[in-house]
Amino acid sequence: MINTKIHDMRMLVIVAILALLAPFILNPFPEGSALAQFNAGYPDLMQRFMIFGIFAIGFNLLFGLTGYLSFGHAAFLGVGSYSVVWMYKLLDYNIAPGLILAVVVSGVFALMIGYVSLRRSGIYFSILTLAFAQMMFAIAYSDLLGRFMGTTLTNGETGLQVYTSDPQYLINDWEAAPHLFGLFEMRSTYTLELGAWSFDFNAGYYLCALILVLMFYISIRIFRSPFGLMLRAVKSNQTRMNYTGLNTRPYMLAVFVISGMYAGLAGGLMASMDPLAGAERMQWTASGEVVLMTILGGAGTLIGPVVGAGFIKYFENIFSKINDSVLHGWFGFLPDSLENAAVWVVEHFVGSGWHLTLGVLFMLIVIFLPGGLVEGGQRVMKVFSKKKPEEEATQSKPAE
Amino acid sequence: MGILEVKNVNKRFGGLQALGDVNLSIAENSVHAIIGPNGAGKSTLLNVLVGKLIPDTGSVMFDGQSVLGRKPFEINQMGISRVFQTPEIFSDLTVLENMMIPIFAKRDGAFRMHAVESTENEKDILAQAEEMLESLNLADDRHMHSAAMSRGNKRRLEIGMCLAQEPRLLLLDEPTAGMARADTNNTIDLLKQISDERDITIAIIEHDMHVVFSLAERITVLAQGTPLVEDTPDKIKGHPKVREAYLGETAA
Repeated sequence: MINTKIHDMRMLVIVAILALLAPFILNPFPEGSALAQFNAGYPDLMQRFMIFGIFAIGFNLLFGLTGYLSFGHAAFLGVGSYSVVWMYKLLDYNIAPGLILAVVVSGVFALMIGYVSLRRSGIYFSILTLAFAQMMFAIAYSDLLGRFMGTTLTNGETGLQVYTSDPQYLINDWEAAPHLFGLFEMRSTYTLELGAWSFDFNAGYYLCALILVLMFYISIRIFRSPFGLMLRAVKSNQTRMNYTGLNTRPYMLAVFVISGMYAGLAGGLMASMDPLAGAERMQWTASGEVVLMTILGGAGTLIGPVVGAGFIKYFENIFSKINDSVLHGWFGFLPDSLENAAVWVVEHFVGSGWHLTLGVLFMLIVIFLPGGLVEGGQRVMKVFSKKKPEEEATQSKPAE
Repeated sequence: MGILEVKNVNKRFGGLQALGDVNLSIAENSVHAIIGPNGAGKSTLLNVLVGKLIPDTGSVMFDGQSVLGRKPFEINQMGISRVFQTPEIFSDLTVLENMMIPIFAKRDGAFRMHAVESTENEKDILAQAEEMLESLNLADDRHMHSAAMSRGNKRRLEIGMCLAQEPRLLLLDEPTAGMARADTNNTIDLLKQISDERDITIAIIEHDMHVVFSLAERITVLAQGTPLVEDTPDKIKGHPKVREAYLGETAA
């Protein structure tokens, strides 16, 4: 067995370095070149990488460790966003109170939903969580609760945003956008021009990155703790767990709440970067997306969810930007009839049809790499370092 | 008074009387076997003892306390451990991790959240788990995935996991079913050793007469949900009622 501590620390350092250097790494192509459309180093997208990374890490704590597939995690994402915007409306544009409230409120919601849903396992658990999330979506979308109380709570399909008529009891004159204790605004960006290249360093991105590294560290600790061991035991054999004098219910509820809080934090960060909260964030497609991210990256692995989140968000962005004229540019070297045919085929997989590509990629990965992209990475590593056969020999030593 | 007292237990499944007026007393620190032909109600009785099934009438007392209506994990905490017909172990985890879980359970009770410290730093638990594996001759496999072990070793591990909790009553449900002869003998030796070395009561449900007669001090024969006879192995061997129940011979 390799020393897991060193392995984990190495992984944490790698994630931290990647997050720190992301503005460079994601902008490898010079501005204005033909390949510039594959750049992903602009603040909005980088923030989303980090936020969805946090979301997926939290989801993986539940799904990866215990095997319980929640199909309603987007509900907590929405709750987190609404919490932050409400703090803008009531206090001021400082994001700190909002983020704290987001974590607390999503934790409370997770406690309630988890308490009911965890009475069942397997598909029934998934359906229960889905039902709760869709109920919350419907309530938010129609602002049922707000109308019931004679006020607006989620502002229905318009989405919740800050108006000048809001009380904002703590507001100062200079505040116009989300900031952290007045230290920096989330939108403030420093652009570094380097020859043909330009790199954006965005304050909001670095805040998200810092929180992601912190959340990644917490997730490592949970994975390696006795608590994590108990959760893996629940996944492995619930019968034996019950006959071992352990009550699985509180363990499951605890991890469900932690996982919901991660989602709430991610939702809160979304509203911190862009001071809006809409009900569509809670829809089941958003819940499905985090499932895809986790499985695509590698469920149950530490780094998998982050990789999966980055992968999906990157390709979503790149593929949906490709339109007809870009395609005609690519296939311009072909004779006209062939060009049109090629464009006709490919256009279904790009732009708004990008989900078709995602579906194909997902199928390929699930079929050929059941362990996700992380397994793919491990296989590549194995090919490149064909030594150390003795390590494997001890692993598969037959029993006496 | 035995450590386990079963009184007038009845259990019906629809029209089938699975258990009819079962009375059973298992003496402390003995090895008690329950045998009977297929469909005699052995497994139903076991499920009643561990809280999986609740009988229609009757009482089950363990050390003066009723086990009825308690959940399996609560019954386990009272001091009853169960070994299953097919070994129930955590097959996704390593052998060492498998052994650590019951020790954690013993220390922490039904629930305590240790989410911050590292498993590797739990020196006491690790030492206890290593010691237990050592005594089971499984120490060399400690980092092996438990799914990769042989059937016999899985059984050893499962028994070890139960023992790690220091139960007062160990229930075994056909522990040697589907095992090769050598593995069966190993299991018999292990159980003998356990009952000699520890203050433990063993109740065993078994098909294999070789196992039963090598281990048991008392034997209860169950037929059609009712205890037929209870006696020492020597008496049971030649008992006409037992022959009848097993072989369908009419007492001539």
